[in-house]
Amino acid sequence: MNFKAVKKSALQTLNSLKRSILILISVLLLVSFMISAIPKEFYSKIFTGNNLIDSLIGAIIGSISAGNPINSYIVGGELLSQGIGLIAVTAFILTWVTVGIVQLPAESLMLGKKFAIYRNILSFITAIVVSILTVLILQLF
Amino acid sequence: MKDLIKKTSGSVKLFIIVALIYLIFGILNPPAITKAFNTFLKISWGVIPVLLIVFFLMFITNMFVNAKKFTKELEHKAGIKNYILAILLGILSAGPIYMWYPLLADMKEHGVHDSLIAIFLYNRAVKIPLLPMMIYYFGTPYVIILSCLMIVASVINGLIIDKILITQK
Repeated sequence: MNFKAVKKSALQTLNSLKRSILILISVLLLVSFMISAIPKEFYSKIFTGNNLIDSLIGAIIGSISAGNPINSYIVGGELLSQGIGLIAVTAFILTWVTVGIVQLPAESLMLGKKFAIYRNILSFITAIVVSILTVLILQLF
Repeated sequence: MKDLIKKTSGSVKLFIIVALIYLIFGILNPPAITKAFNTFLKISWGVIPVLLIVFFLMFITNMFVNAKKFTKELEHKAGIKNYILAILLGILSAGPIYMWYPLLADMKEHGVHDSLIAIFLYNRAVKIPLLPMMIYYFGTPYVIILSCLMIVASVINGLIIDKILITQK
């Protein structure tokens, strides 16, 4: 193995680490803050019963929420059991993982502002479309 | 002062803002910040192994991938093959989305298309280890339909982002 290549790639990796470590710590602190600030019960209190409006609400809440996707399944499951529509719950769990308002500053810094903004807007719209399609297809079976 | 703000990098500014949020809430509501900080330590503990894998992958990529060749190949072969690769990498990647930003930024510097990065990020939502949990709550048909639609949506998203960003250049 070429020692020069190993040294070069180690230095490149170290530079990437140096560039991103502060951003990663900041995002982790922000995510932790959001997880602690928004209690699980909060979610079930703000849905209206209208499928379309609820999907929009679900998508908005999912976008501003952060954390492990497993939490979104747990909250989504709880919402379903409380009578919230499947379209709204799907939009919620989809935006939880595909849209990241909390991570937006980090994504902008690392991947470019325009890319981050357009990707998040598109993912938000797609989440609503995909959630409607999922439930429609599910009803066919 | 203005010069100092200008000279300060975006990452430092972000960290200062987050530190200020913690400081303000720490004064207003100390238990909430203690809880947030404990969550931070707990998440960090889980995230460190993933971060090590990410940086190991970066090290391997840097060592074996010739940046120029890699860029050229992706430029010429941008198409179904690369979309499938981005989908698979997105699905198989582990850990929170933000852990992957450094690697993606590196790939972008190597000339990887925005569409492929967008496809990768979208498919991070399809998590194989979490599927049993999802099936438990929503059922198998729902999970299959949703996963398939998400993969299709990821490609559409990627193509649209490429179009938008190319048009704006």
